[in-house]
Amino acid sequence: MRAAPASYSDGLAAGIVARFAGVKGGLLPALHEIQATFGFIPRAALKVIAKGFNITEAETYGVVTFYHDFRLDRPHGKHVLKLCRAEACQAVGANALAAHVKQKLGVDWGGTTADGEWTLEPVFCLGLCMIGPSAMIDGDVHGALDANAVDALVQR
Amino acid sequence: MKTMRARLPKDAASLALCADRVAAALIASAAKQGIDLQLARTGSRGMFWLEPMLEVETGEGWRAFGPLAPEDADAIFSGTSTKALGPIEEHPWLKRQTRLIFKRCGQIDPATPPEFAGLKRAHEIGPAVVLEEVTKSGLRGRGGAGFPAGIKWKGCADASAPQKYIVCNADEGDSGTFADRMLMEGDPFLLLEGMAIAGFATGATKGYIYIRSEYPHAIAAMQKAAAQFDALDIEIRVGAGSYVCGEETALLESLEGRRGQVRAKPPLPVHHGLFGAPTVINNVLTFASVPAILEHGAAFYTNLGMGRSRGTMPIQLAGDVKHGGLFETAFGLTLGEIVNDIGGGTWSGRPVRAVQVGGPLGAYFPPSLFDTPFDYEAFAARDGLIGHGGVVVFNDSVDMLAQARFAMEFCAIESCGKCTPCRIGSVRGQETIDKILRGQSVNDNLALLRDLCDTMKSGSLCALGGFVPYPVLSALNHFPQDFAR
Repeated sequence: MRAAPASYSDGLAAGIVARFAGVKGGLLPALHEIQATFGFIPRAALKVIAKGFNITEAETYGVVTFYHDFRLDRPHGKHVLKLCRAEACQAVGANALAAHVKQKLGVDWGGTTADGEWTLEPVFCLGLCMIGPSAMIDGDVHGALDANAVDALVQR
Repeated sequence: MKTMRARLPKDAASLALCADRVAAALIASAAKQGIDLQLARTGSRGMFWLEPMLEVETGEGWRAFGPLAPEDADAIFSGTSTKALGPIEEHPWLKRQTRLIFKRCGQIDPATPPEFAGLKRAHEIGPAVVLEEVTKSGLRGRGGAGFPAGIKWKGCADASAPQKYIVCNADEGDSGTFADRMLMEGDPFLLLEGMAIAGFATGATKGYIYIRSEYPHAIAAMQKAAAQFDALDIEIRVGAGSYVCGEETALLESLEGRRGQVRAKPPLPVHHGLFGAPTVINNVLTFASVPAILEHGAAFYTNLGMGRSRGTMPIQLAGDVKHGGLFETAFGLTLGEIVNDIGGGTWSGRPVRAVQVGGPLGAYFPPSLFDTPFDYEAFAARDGLIGHGGVVVFNDSVDMLAQARFAMEFCAIESCGKCTPCRIGSVRGQETIDKILRGQSVNDNLALLRDLCDTMKSGSLCALGGFVPYPVLSALNHFPQDFAR
């Protein structure tokens, strides 16, 4: 896992943007780096990004909100649990598992627990379709999950 | 001290099954027993019901053990393991395959450049003959559309422009598919070699690989390999969770730093592709098929397969299946052979009720269609598609109305929004199925759903809205009882 998210400043964002502004098609790599640095895409960064890439703020907003990965003004919890919702995992009980996890954490898709520990996100396929149901926690992959296994993972 | 050479996978699926903990236990156990264990971490052989699977070199070749848990380590070194699988090359599941793309995967260190025999021959015979060989081989795009690779490459080669690009579509978003991921994690240089051959044949001097963000291990492996590769300048780019970016023109938009919205065709990417330049865009498996074609010649490749589907296809077995994994073979096996014979039926032991072939946009086939051969045209003739080769098995507990609804829901979530049939149709489709679920004017709504599917099929700009009728209509046609209210 990366270090704790940095707190936002225009200067820090501008520094990241400057590294990618000269790269052909550099907007997505820049957005990934901004999100990795701050934990999400702060709304204030849109202006800085737009300026650096010489595009409008509206266009920047359009790109950020198109992609599921980018969290515009939505910080996530300390940990992110991405649970696979796709067909191969459904075939081995992913829907029931998702219902269990939602109840256990007390959140719906996209929600963060009240204590700020967990954010639950859906993911459509991790390429672990032969060992489902599968999940990714902070970048680590887990397969062959059931309710007990997930409970153990979220209680650590 | 006795030396022992061994290999254990570190692909994402093996890691998800705790391969790292097994590796640590093996190293500790070997040290305790005075054995110098040289443990290489490789890709997977693709037999995931046996992962984590260890291979150990012996006087009689490599012998396998699996599926392993950390506590199995001691017994392996004392020769008392109950997880012994015998000589790996003799394993019937591997022996039945024809492995061209996955020949080395699981046996080599992914971070060490191998011999590039295909690229070497390409340089010997020259670009024109390479194009001829690829065309003659009958290789078709493995991403799903099945467009002849040679014709695409020729189109790009014939275009005159100061800059051309080779783009690899590694946005493997279809549920039930993992071949691209396995290859990138287990043999990344094969993909780079295929792209370099494409660059040589077409005159393109810059390559991009667009990998989905859900594949961090593949991204890392490709970055490591690309840094050591100099036959083509290749950059790794990471997606951002959008399924539609697997559509080639949406992928190009995304690479250019925009919303991943589909472009209307023509112009085709070979004429007006990335940054407006002539571009060859192919799937991982298409590029990875090329080195073997060059090394062994087009005739060797054409001899494999059936009809207009030549060569091999890595079939990916997933869902409720006993032997889940990757099985590379020539086209032509029947769906029944794939599911029952190779897959071993369901893992749960319940009867098979439906099999979805080709990802979320593929049709659901009932066992009565198990005589369908794995071939682009044979599946199309039965209103299905083989797509990227994913086969997802469902047991008799599946509710096909729920699956049809999910197809529409998924399309609504992932639609790029550019064309109306997909953007609005998927939402209306979901609502209409909900009405059927509630028993509201069932016959009228079934007719409406079919009509909507017809509109989406003929009116959508790309395969997302255009193909989502496949799972919906196949569910309706083959499992009508699930829609009766």
